[in-house]
Amino acid sequence: MSVTTAASRTSSAEPKAPAGRHDRPQKWGSPVTYFVALLFVGVCVAPVLYIVLGGFRTNAQITTDPAALPRPWVAGNYLGVLKSTVFWGEFANSLIVAVASTVGIVALGLMVSFVIARYDFRLKGAMYSLFAAGLMFPMVIAITPLYLVIKDLGLVDNLLGVIIPQIAFGLPTTVIILVPFLRAIPNEIEEAAAIDGMSRLGFFFRMVVPLSLPGVVTVGILGFIGSWNNYLLPLYILNSQANYTLPLGVQVFSSQYSTDTAKVLAFTSLAMLPALIFFSVFEKRIVGGLTGAVKG
Amino acid sequence: MSDTLGTGTADGRTAQGTPGAGATSVPPAPPRAAARRRGRARMRLEIAVLSAPAVITFVAFVIFPVALAAYYGFYQWKGYGEPTDWVGLNNYKLILTDPAFHDVLWHNGLILVLSLVIQGPLAIGLALLLNQKIRGRSTIRVLIFVPYIISEIIVGTGWGLMLQSNGAVNDLLRGMGLGSLEADWIADPDLAIWTLMAIITWKYMGFAVILMLAGLQSIPDEIFEAAQIDGASYWQIQRRITLPLLGPTIRIWAFLSIIGSLQLFDLVYIIWGQYVSGTAGTSTMAIYMLAQGRNAGNYGYGSAVAVVMFVISLVVALIYQRFVLRRDLKGAVTEGTV
Repeated sequence: MSVTTAASRTSSAEPKAPAGRHDRPQKWGSPVTYFVALLFVGVCVAPVLYIVLGGFRTNAQITTDPAALPRPWVAGNYLGVLKSTVFWGEFANSLIVAVASTVGIVALGLMVSFVIARYDFRLKGAMYSLFAAGLMFPMVIAITPLYLVIKDLGLVDNLLGVIIPQIAFGLPTTVIILVPFLRAIPNEIEEAAAIDGMSRLGFFFRMVVPLSLPGVVTVGILGFIGSWNNYLLPLYILNSQANYTLPLGVQVFSSQYSTDTAKVLAFTSLAMLPALIFFSVFEKRIVGGLTGAVKG
Repeated sequence: MSDTLGTGTADGRTAQGTPGAGATSVPPAPPRAAARRRGRARMRLEIAVLSAPAVITFVAFVIFPVALAAYYGFYQWKGYGEPTDWVGLNNYKLILTDPAFHDVLWHNGLILVLSLVIQGPLAIGLALLLNQKIRGRSTIRVLIFVPYIISEIIVGTGWGLMLQSNGAVNDLLRGMGLGSLEADWIADPDLAIWTLMAIITWKYMGFAVILMLAGLQSIPDEIFEAAQIDGASYWQIQRRITLPLLGPTIRIWAFLSIIGSLQLFDLVYIIWGQYVSGTAGTSTMAIYMLAQGRNAGNYGYGSAVAVVMFVISLVVALIYQRFVLRRDLKGAVTEGTV
């Protein structure tokens, strides 16, 4: 490959005129860059591929040659998992918990962020600090007494016992992401709405909710993936297999079938699929949301 | 993130006098006051209705449990009925003198430092590299974020299988003619912590790189162009311009990494489990809390461990904010605390 001035920034000491860096369409950078980037991507993806491909192998293949490609490919493991009621039951539980948590996080978060962003009252700063301080209270620290609270409420081994705390713990991030978003809605829009006789609540439902959609989507995705992947809380709260979410299911399955590695790999990759699909669909939003959070 | 918090408070002070503006603008004095009073009562109601669900849920399930932990921590209590066996500071004394707790504290500290030292420079370097205009940049970004999106349980299960003594990693080493490097990656106490660090790096690296990339993109191109015109070399530009301007991002990342290291649980628990993690030298405070608390039925003791963890995290966070983040946050988070 011809060394075509990898973005003039990287290339050299000469005080080259940066002319047309924006004009030139797409360029190839230096081979070294590609090599390192590929290496990094490979390291990131290989273990995931191992899990997915491992599900297409037989146990005999895995035992004799742990790090090889499927030869021949077998679909039996995946089909077996897809036919099992256990997998779909846990899948349904995960889905219920994730959807309910996401809806709760978005609804409660949007309402309280609206208050913090656009109302003027004495406790406003305190309210914001309360949620911001919530970032310091991760679930791991609160989990023992949280379990006791859930137990007193009679919600042990109940999906609600997972959903409600997840909403509560999702609120700090939500408030921190949404408040600046809602503040950015110009006052003129609110005034125009008021002149047209719209109440503040009307303004909230008819203007704020649609206008803050991008922020809401970011928050919703974070909530969904966080819930889908949550392990600690279900571990404490859910005890009967009928109520297990997928992370617990993966753990139980992998100890139950510890000799059937191929099946465990198939189960594991099917369990991660929804989060991956969700991520790839909304990838721009997640990465963009992080960018926004950093840039402010 | 720093800026988000910063503007948050700044705007809070400026956005005043808007409520009720529409109502007050029309008629003369006396009805106006009444209208304003009515408007204010209505506003209070709206504030209450809109914020109550979130505030109540948050206080009940986040703040209250932490406060409860502080209370239960003074009792020897098995979790049934009211705690009656008041032991004062005895739980804390036991925790702080327990050699097993010293071990986990040491592991957490090691993980904290190693995470910063390993991931930081790597992430900055990779972000600088990937920030160039190269083909397939957006695909690369998606792919390096994948380990972060996948749950700990899946990462743990997958790596656990690959790292078994007859697993894929050893097989790969043998295949490359490096059979002498074969090892028992999980159970060997000399290796286990490094295995854990490798997995942590693998899992959280993408997040760090994406954060750094976001930070890099907020630096205007003009600055680099000006430096180039002035004859600065690539390395001079990185050292004198990029790194300082990336400072806020690096400091926020380090903060998240520190808090995450102190609370590490899932990965260790899934791969090593409660018992092996003790002998392999990878157990963390959170594992100790689960093992000595809920799993042993000692809820009082477990709560005390939670309080100790919380205090350690809080102190570390406050020190960090006081001395490192001060410039970035301008007191936004610590408002009223410091």
